Amino acid sequence: MSQQQVYKQITENREETDNNVLVQVDHMKKYFPIKGGILKRTVGHVKAVDDVSLTIHKGETLGVVGESGSGKSTLGRVILRLLEPTEGKILFEDNDISHLGNRKLRDYRKNMQIVFQDPYASLNSKMSVGELVEEPLLVNTSMSKSERKEKAVDLIEKVGLRASDRTKYPHEFSGGQRQRISIARALALNPKFIICDEPVSALDVSIQAQVLNLMADLQDEFDLTYLFIAHDLSVVKHISDRVAVMYLGRIAEIAPKKSLYDNPLHPYTQALLSSVPSTDVKNRREKIKLSGDLPSPANPPSGCVFRTRCPRAHDRCSVERPELTNMGDGHYVACHLYDNTDT
Amino acid sequence: MTQNPLLDVEGLKTYFYLEDNQVAKAVDGVDFYINPGETLAIVGESGSGKSITSLSIMQLINKPGKIIDGTITLEEENLLKKTGKQMSKIRGNDIAMIFQEPMTALNPVYTIGNQIMETIRKHKNVSKKEAQERAIELLRVVGFPRAEEIINEYPHQLSGGMRQRAMIAMAISCEPKLLIADEPSTALDVTIQAQILDLLAEMKERLDMAILLITHDLGVVAEYADRVLVMYGGQIVEETAVEQIFENTKHPYTTGLLDSLPSLEKDMKRLGAIKGTVPPAHSFPKGCRFSSRCPHVMERCLESNPDLNEVESNHKVRCYLYN
Repeated sequence: MSQQQVYKQITENREETDNNVLVQVDHMKKYFPIKGGILKRTVGHVKAVDDVSLTIHKGETLGVVGESGSGKSTLGRVILRLLEPTEGKILFEDNDISHLGNRKLRDYRKNMQIVFQDPYASLNSKMSVGELVEEPLLVNTSMSKSERKEKAVDLIEKVGLRASDRTKYPHEFSGGQRQRISIARALALNPKFIICDEPVSALDVSIQAQVLNLMADLQDEFDLTYLFIAHDLSVVKHISDRVAVMYLGRIAEIAPKKSLYDNPLHPYTQALLSSVPSTDVKNRREKIKLSGDLPSPANPPSGCVFRTRCPRAHDRCSVERPELTNMGDGHYVACHLYDNTDT
Repeated sequence: MTQNPLLDVEGLKTYFYLEDNQVAKAVDGVDFYINPGETLAIVGESGSGKSITSLSIMQLINKPGKIIDGTITLEEENLLKKTGKQMSKIRGNDIAMIFQEPMTALNPVYTIGNQIMETIRKHKNVSKKEAQERAIELLRVVGFPRAEEIINEYPHQLSGGMRQRAMIAMAISCEPKLLIADEPSTALDVTIQAQILDLLAEMKERLDMAILLITHDLGVVAEYADRVLVMYGGQIVEETAVEQIFENTKHPYTTGLLDSLPSLEKDMKRLGAIKGTVPPAHSFPKGCRFSSRCPHVMERCLESNPDLNEVESNHKVRCYLYN
């Protein structure tokens, strides 16, 4: 079944049965304490992720976009339990993994992998490509040496490198090739779910396209589910089925790709989309300009966190926090422009 | 175009002499001009030589790199004939530069005001007080609401977008004729990127300065440049007006670059990636430097490197498909 078909089926079934859910995040919070004074007491919290709920369906790609400081990377790391959640639940195939101990977590980790942004920092420079790809197999399986080697060669070829590259070291490769190595390593344990944290943003456009095509091919072949975190709206649009827009630790809008890009509802999404420089020299989009910078997540504005930069902010925005509201067909938006129930 | 260009670069070659006698031809025979008040963009991927070209204009090339040939003429004076002392009078005054990462370009131990005043006092004969007033005014111009306080703050106290604004204030402090902006918005978020690029465009109008915009982002080129050079392997492969590059693309590399861009407007099932990677500058292919990745490669492409020819009016291409 092609990806589109899977996705179509998912959307059809979503309302009645939700057994297609692979990952569910429920009211997740991740606060980092700020220590101050001589006694290093906690004087405040950076609310990196502040009450985020979302579901990721089997076989889909959920894109997460946001600017720096929006909490998108922290969200990815908390889902993998690389960071401990402050509050909230993470369900993987209906099992609550938010409080699992290390040993049990290890079994789940085989199913969940991550590919990082910087392929220079995430690969151990003292290990050969073969060793890097075999390492997860060595740690997590009882495969023999020759089986591991066979599997590694297979993976290395799958990601578009040569079997002879097995004995080379990361420094002998370009950025794009290193990202291929990271992907081979992530695939080693046949995971169901891969978090891709800005996997192509350090790459040149021609190489970025190669890696994105590879990721799409692998998704089809291995039936993978992706959480694709990036700041580049065009890249996210290209690879995702659904997209979540984050701002200051919260989800501003989440919708199927087409709906989000064709009909963005949240003023932040609208501004974000209009700010992307376009190569279409004939039809210039009008830009919505946002003033100012992202407020500090240690001291977010009251009510709606976007109100300080929002061109359409009104009184209610400073007192009441907007909740995600269903606008139909899986399009959710957290904005008081769309939830006028009591006015 | 008979107008005298502001900057005229001819036959520029900047080579890097590496260990074991290898020579990296980072910039290898580049000719271009910039008219007064014009925005010229140089696009290319890493290793194309776009940044080395801009650093060569400023003569900020250090060992093992060396400008080995060419002329760089700013208003009829060859900059390559200037002494180090003369060049340091030109840098910051006639030509200013802003960089991708403002944190590495600003000095962390001096206040913002100090650094702007240093530039002003180096080039203009003004008192400390006048320089300070000018610094405050400049910060206001680039959009700081509380400029009087900002001059006493250090770079780390500002956000990325603010630092880039401070750099722009410093760069325009002596009203340069040419501003070289090397990936000025790459490290910034899109909403901030739009603010900074609009600010640059506004400053260009106000001060009537020319901008040499170095970028890898074709969207930025489309929105902010008048003319564009596409660089590959240390050479210009295509040069034309900005509408032409998108509407009438000629060089296979430019086509490949545009096809690999995911788009907000169009839905694409697959991106048209360019195969392979940019060859390193010390071992370019013998013929055309793009031949190893080109989908239209012919026999003669492997034998000799094509020249940059004008194939239509104001449209130059370095490719045998067009002659």
